[in-house]
Amino acid sequence: MNTATTTIPVAGAHHGDHHGHHQPSGVLRWITTTNHKDIGTMYLTFALIMFFVGGLMILAVRVELFQPGLQLMRPEFFNQLIGVHALVMIFAALMPAATGFANWQIPLMIGAPDMALPRVNNWGFWLLPPAALLLTLPFVLSLFGIGDGALATGWTMYAPLSVQGGFGVDFAIFAVHLLGVSSILGSINIIVTIFNMRAPGMTMMKLPLFAWGWLITAFLLIATIPVLAGAVTMLLADRHFGTHFFSAAGGGDPILFQHLFWFFGHPEVYILLLPVWGLMPHVISTFSRKPIYGYKAQVYAFMAIGVLSVVVWAHHFFTVGMPTPALIYFMFATMSISLPLAVLFFCWIATMWRGAISFETPMLFALGFIVLFGIAGLTGLVLADVAADAQYHHSYFVVAHFHYALFAGGIMGVMTGVYYWLPKWTGRMYSERLGKLHFWLTAISFNLTFMPQFFLGLAGMPRRIPDYALQFAEFNAISTVGAFVLGFSQLIFAWNVWQCAKGGAKAPAKAWEGASGLEWELSSPPPYHSWETQPQVA
Amino acid sequence: MDARHLPLVKRLLWLIAGAFAFAFAMVPLYNVLCEVTGLNGKTAGPGGFSIGGLIGDPAAPPSPIDHTRTVTVEFTGTVMPGLTWEMRPLTFSLDTHPGEMQMVSYLVRNTSDKPTLAQAIPSVTPGEAAQSFHKIECFCFSQQALAPGESREMPLTFIVNPDIDKSIRHITLSYAFFSIDGRRLASAATSEAKP
Ligand SMILES: [Cu+2]
Repeated sequence: MNTATTTIPVAGAHHGDHHGHHQPSGVLRWITTTNHKDIGTMYLTFALIMFFVGGLMILAVRVELFQPGLQLMRPEFFNQLIGVHALVMIFAALMPAATGFANWQIPLMIGAPDMALPRVNNWGFWLLPPAALLLTLPFVLSLFGIGDGALATGWTMYAPLSVQGGFGVDFAIFAVHLLGVSSILGSINIIVTIFNMRAPGMTMMKLPLFAWGWLITAFLLIATIPVLAGAVTMLLADRHFGTHFFSAAGGGDPILFQHLFWFFGHPEVYILLLPVWGLMPHVISTFSRKPIYGYKAQVYAFMAIGVLSVVVWAHHFFTVGMPTPALIYFMFATMSISLPLAVLFFCWIATMWRGAISFETPMLFALGFIVLFGIAGLTGLVLADVAADAQYHHSYFVVAHFHYALFAGGIMGVMTGVYYWLPKWTGRMYSERLGKLHFWLTAISFNLTFMPQFFLGLAGMPRRIPDYALQFAEFNAISTVGAFVLGFSQLIFAWNVWQCAKGGAKAPAKAWEGASGLEWELSSPPPYHSWETQPQVA
Repeated sequence: MDARHLPLVKRLLWLIAGAFAFAFAMVPLYNVLCEVTGLNGKTAGPGGFSIGGLIGDPAAPPSPIDHTRTVTVEFTGTVMPGLTWEMRPLTFSLDTHPGEMQMVSYLVRNTSDKPTLAQAIPSVTPGEAAQSFHKIECFCFSQQALAPGESREMPLTFIVNPDIDKSIRHITLSYAFFSIDGRRLASAATSEAKP
């Protein structure tokens, strides 16, 4: 891709905050901003803060699990911590981080002056802080003797437990509503931006893979978030308005909740991962100094995974007693997702093949991602097997599996993107030395934390229980040590980002010599309003 | 908003509304699916069986009893929160041939000091067996009232259909007794009491 001399004026590119106009400063600037770069920064900052909030919760859990027996907390509080940890990490850390990437990068990468619906974009972000408050407020209230704390059902909110739970469930339901509306607004914006605002000459099949990954994610969100919203609305009605959607007493069925929840919940995994799969090829190609291998194959793999992801949901509750044909269908449908996924792995590796590879921090994270996310995929196949799942269901094997998927796949993928684009966003370089230290500490302590959990699961330790049998003590102790190293290593990341933003070495427009794409043709940092004249893509 | 984005935004809003409606459409769809497949262990009606044979066709012979097979049926029950009753099956388990009629009962007692109305909701495991488990007479067909401290034997008559899958040798029938607080169970009795 290159910019030609032709310039096309863009209609509607100029919103209230045009150059010459007066712009509010200080806090008011951030509250009222409709600029995609400001909003991207707010999303990413919010995500980082909530990443630490969710992390602290789970460190408390790991302290409790350091030794068998109950030492630190009541089981009820333990239950609250694990569920809110999951909701915070998924909805308030990973998803906002991905949306922050989309805000910053999609306009820069497709040559658009801003997101298509800037005002909606602002609302989308500002729904998040109240939602996070709703999730965590019951903890604080219970300190003052009001209520019995946060949602204690686990993040899945299964009925009938959630029908009977305390008001923490209501807080969580409203938080999910707000988070859902926020994601929907973000998705509409991203789809409209990609469809309507690409630079002239950028056909869909020239769209950067990152934008493709996000496009599929946005459609998945639109298809599934309303179903989750519907399910929790029914739950709310069952709790307060005398309906009986999930109450067997009234002719309802609690299993229906599991169907509705996982109809959203399984695609949610790909919602979290597709933006990361989208950015990976850019990073790998940059540091291998080779063009992306198999662009079309990757686009089609994204589409295939998007479609398959909404027809496999019941593998999360194989053990509820389904007819055998249903079990077999859901097993094979689930396993078939590994085919397009294998295409992606192949393309990532083929992009590196015989490349002139260098190992800057983003590349280290990308490689760590490939290896560790691969483990998530392989152990996922084990869980997809109906016969094996009967044994591993609801054990620590599942916990280890989805942390390889969502920490090594999701969070480490986000770290890859942050290190890769940070020089572009801030105009400054981060410290390579600290970045590498962060990577190695993260990769090693991550495995130290979660590898033992595979063995615990195989040995039969159930998840979501604050106490355990004596034979599990060693692995749990190792896992807790790993979790603390992992948690504290992330402070290096925060420090590195802060130092970079405050005054790292100046970064050139093209921060990485092997990089290609429209965003690298803008200065680092890009001007507040970029691509007001859209580039012509050859 | 830029007017050229409006058509696409509208189409996306329709998609979202559709997805939200789909969640609620799942409620009746799921019920139909369960009734057809027994997916959630909802038991079938008497299924044409009655005491002495088939309803509707007096000339038809009594349902044949498959003496070549035995199915073990186990009985269990739970009293749900909000109801101060006790229940236990008087027969914990029995062996029956498919097609054979059996009668068992549960002993139920109101341990509270108030007269209470409650309804039992049955469920059969494995789900595949639900369609072949026919209750001919059951205390779960109607609401039960017990005076303070009163206890009663509540009977149940059933037949396991001879068409039951050969692989099923074990069936568990479980009841959950729910308190009736006036509104919650309005539809329960009607959906279960189909003759
Ligand atoms: Cu899944």
